[in-house]
Formats: sequence, structure tokens, C-alpha cells
Amino acid sequence: MSLADHAGAATAPRVSVAQRPRTWRRLLRPAVLYVLLTFFGLIFGFPFYWLVIGSLKNEAQYNQFPPTWLPNPPHWSNYVTLFQALPFGQFLVNSVIVTGFVVIGVVASSAVVAYAFARLRAPGRGILFALLLATVILPSQITIVPTFILFSKLGWLNSFKPLTIPSFFGDAFSIFLIRQFFQGIPRDLDEAAMLDGCGYGRIFWHIFVPNSWPVLATVAIFAFINTWSDFFTPLIYLNNFNKMTAAVGLAFLNVEHGGGSSTVTLQVMLAGSLVVIVPMLAVFILLQRYFVKAITLTGVKA
Amino acid sequence: MAKLMVARRRMGVARRREAVAFYLFASPWILGFLIWTVGPMLASLYLSFTSYDLFSPPQWLGLQNYSDLLTSDGTFRSAIANTFYFVVVGLPITLVLSLATALLLNERLRGIVVFRALFYVPSLVPSVASGVLWISLFDPQYGVLDGILRFFHLPSVDWLTDPNAIKPAIIITLLWGVGSGMIIYLAGLQSVPEHLYESAKIDGAGAIARFWFVTLPLLTPTILFQLVIGLIGYFQIFDQIYVLTNNRPDDSSITFTYYLFQTAFGSESNQMGYASAQAWIFFVVVMVCTAIVFRSSARWVFYEGARNP
Repeated sequence: MSLADHAGAATAPRVSVAQRPRTWRRLLRPAVLYVLLTFFGLIFGFPFYWLVIGSLKNEAQYNQFPPTWLPNPPHWSNYVTLFQALPFGQFLVNSVIVTGFVVIGVVASSAVVAYAFARLRAPGRGILFALLLATVILPSQITIVPTFILFSKLGWLNSFKPLTIPSFFGDAFSIFLIRQFFQGIPRDLDEAAMLDGCGYGRIFWHIFVPNSWPVLATVAIFAFINTWSDFFTPLIYLNNFNKMTAAVGLAFLNVEHGGGSSTVTLQVMLAGSLVVIVPMLAVFILLQRYFVKAITLTGVKA
Repeated sequence: MAKLMVARRRMGVARRREAVAFYLFASPWILGFLIWTVGPMLASLYLSFTSYDLFSPPQWLGLQNYSDLLTSDGTFRSAIANTFYFVVVGLPITLVLSLATALLLNERLRGIVVFRALFYVPSLVPSVASGVLWISLFDPQYGVLDGILRFFHLPSVDWLTDPNAIKPAIIITLLWGVGSGMIIYLAGLQSVPEHLYESAKIDGAGAIARFWFVTLPLLTPTILFQLVIGLIGYFQIFDQIYVLTNNRPDDSSITFTYYLFQTAFGSESNQMGYASAQAWIFFVVVMVCTAIVFRSSARWVFYEGARNP
């Protein structure tokens, strides 16, 4: 007995030294990682689940503790309220219009400017490029007051113009991204085109634009995400229900009535939040590969 | 000689045409820079020395706005203190958590792509929608967070009304969106060359040593990027304050940007001059902090190209 014990004690470490790393690597490590991933995954995913079930509850179901995990029956009426009693359909239309204009404006103007910075030499280009980069980190608070005054003097308050017009003057970060991409296009292409008598405009249009869809799509996605989610700008410039975008309309309803009114309950607000999120999710699912591209394009790598 | 001069003149013409084309193509941004950046900055600098309500012409006040803000405005002091709280508490947590999740999601495991998407997607949720959702999660009676506290027999917290809890609550909502930083770290991690790990292993480096001496130094440019983006983001924090306090923040939750918004565009006041002075103080603070980060980066950011032989 004692011998066996002794033998066991003597051999056990030898076996485990050889085998522990292998077991660890093959089984234990992935198991620990999956446990961690699932734990954090639940934490990150849970709010979405809470949002979906919350948007399908009525007041009584919502006010239960412990919570109802599957509202039965589901109250689709929250969504009906959102679109019939409240102008949420109008909010969405406004968001689509504003976002559409901004995406077009940012992509078109930024591509044109990026071409200048990528290819055309001129005195002062270096300084202008440094200024461009500086504006990327310039906090908008420093310009917002005079810009607001300007728009109010122009009579543009409560219209989409303050939200859309500035995007046609190029967005600094987008210009930077597109320029990086343009610089990767072989110079032989534009030199050959130039020998064929193409001017800069035609080179830009026939060589740079068709060869740059990935970066242009990336910039469009960024513009879409930023504009769809933007809260501060429409909050300042829009104060009429007919003009509000979805984000600001949702916040407005929530602040004015959230939970306190018979139509605008918190459950209806949750339904509204879900409606605002869905287009983002759709874009993410449909354009995933461009998201990956976007991240590598920012040029941030180890 | 003549030929050379003709050639030179031709080149001069080409150069000039190229320069003209540059300014033509760059004109949208140059115009925009003048209209949306230079002009407003000068105007706001001027306005910061005046009292202006949009209707009657601006009245010159000299330095009074600044001296009021810096000496006698208690709300402004709270706004500064709260904003720095978010930067000093929220930013480090965000940086560490986004790196930690990126390390976890960098593992080669089956189904890891699904987890990556799950961690990333919350960062796409518009701030207002996320705010409404978290109002529901923070509910002291029916919300989940309090359910968990109760489960562990901990005292209930009025997350959104307790002056001690509102700032942590807002940081929690922001941490849900940590995926935007995570995905950038992940891209950084995936570009670390495999051979560096191999040679570290041959030299007998364990997992911790490999992280400390290989991964972390190579990630420092990414960390710098995240630090600058996060710094500016936390300094500008506004949306969550507006939504989670129902547009009524008090001294425990008001921030720089919210106070500026209230001063300039609030329903009672259009104090454009006073708001401009706030904006300039804010601007100087943000620029100084960003400059400090960039300056310090020479000491801790590792660039592969600049390695000693």
C-alpha cells in the first residue's frame, strides 16, 4: 500500500509534466475561453434581448418582478402606437432624407478633394494637408455657436439644410482615408491616360473613382452610421415634429412624455429604440466585409 | 539653349496647370475650412468677449465672461469636475476593457466570428436608443441591474437619480459600446507577425512574457490612437447625459458640452457670448491634454521602423 503510494507519487509528477501542457492546450484552455466568451457574450447580448421583450410588453407585464422573460401575449400594439399615434414614420423618412444627402455629399466631395491631395502638386499643399489633419480632432464645440448664428440668420433653422449642406464641403477624416487609398493606385495608370490626352477631371472620373469602390463604400458606411446616430446637430437645429430625425424625435418623446403619458409609455420608447437600431444592424450584416476593410483602412496597425 | 528654355517653360506651364487643378479639386474643402472652421473660430473668439443674445447687437464685455466662468460660476465648476471624472475614470476602463476583449476574441476558436460580431454590434447602437434601453435596465423597481443586486442581498441603487450613481451609470452604458475600440485592437493584434511569437517561445518566454514584451509594444501605436480618440470622445460627452437625466442634469451629472448647449440653445437663454467663452476654455483644455498625450507618446509608443539595430 505504502509502496504503491510511493510509486504513484513518484510517477505522477513525471506523467503530469509531460501531459499537463497538452491537456491544458487541447481541452482546458478552450473550455476556459468558451466560458469567458459566453459569460461576457451574455452581458453584451442581454440588453438586446431586454429591448426586444420590453418592446412587446404592456404596462402590467413590464411592471412585474421577477421580469417576464417571454411576454405572453406579445403586445405588438406598442409598434402600432409608434407609427399611428406618434409621428415616428415621419421621423424615419426625415432620417432617410438627411442621411441620404449626407452620404452623397461626403463621398462625392471627399473623393474630389482626396484626389487633389493624393496626386496634384502645388505650393501650399503640405500646409493645407496638416490643417486638414488638425481638423479631424478639432472639437465641434468651438465652432457650433457662430455656425448656429449663421444658420439662424440665413433662416435655415428647422430645415434639413444645416444638417446636409456642410457635408458637401468634404469631411476631413474621409478625405484622409480616400487619399491613403488613392496613393496606392499605380501612377502608370494616370501617366498613360495623360499621354492619351486625358485631363485631371477625366483621370479622376475614369481611373480613380472606378478603382476605389472599397474605400468609397467604407466612407459611405461611416457617413451613414454617424448621420443616422447623430443627436447633437439635429437637436440644435430642428424643433418641429415634421422635421425631426429618428434619433432626436425619440429623445424628444422620451424627455417630454417618457413613461408619464398614456400613449408614450417606456415600452413604446423601447419599440422606437429598436426601430432606430434595425437599419444599423441591417447595414452591418449586409456590408460586413466593408466594415473589416474600414478598420484596416484606418491604417491603425501594430 | 533655346530648346532648354522652351522645355523649361513647358514644364512651368504644366506645373502651373497642376497647381491650378490642385486648388480647383481641393476647393470644396478649402472653402469649407474657411466657412465652417476658420470663420466660426474667429467669430466665437470675438463673441467670447461680448454679451450677445441673437437679437440685439453684441456688447463688448472684455474678459468678464472668462472671469465669471473661472471664479464665480458654480455650475461651470461642476461641469469641469464631472467631465474630468468621465475622462479620468471612464477612459482607462474603456481602454483596458477594449484591449482585454480584443485579446479574448483574438483566440482561434470555432465560432469566434459570432462572438466578435456580438461584442461589436452594441457599439453601432445610436446613443439615444442605447440611452432609452439603459433607462429601462437601470429601473430601480423593475430593471435587471437591481434584480441582480437584490439577488446578492445588496442594497438597491437609484442609478439615475442618486448623485453618486449617475456618473458610474453613464460609464456603464458607454462600456456597452466598447466594441468600437475592441475591433481596432483586434486588427492590431492580427497584424503582429507570427514569427515574433515563435522566436519568443524558442527563447523560453511564457504567455505573460510574450504579451508584455511582444504584443504590448507592438500595440502601442494602436493604444495611442485609442487614447486620443477616447480622450476627445469623453471630453465631448453629451448624448447620454441628455437622455439618461431626461434633459435635466444637476451638479452631479452636468458636463462641459451640456452646459454649453444649455447656455447657448437652452429655452430660457441664448447667451451666445458666455457660451463662446466656455467653448474657448474647453478648446484650450482639450488641446493641452491632447498635446500632453502626443508629447508623452515619444517615450512609450514603439514604431517598428524606428527600432535600434
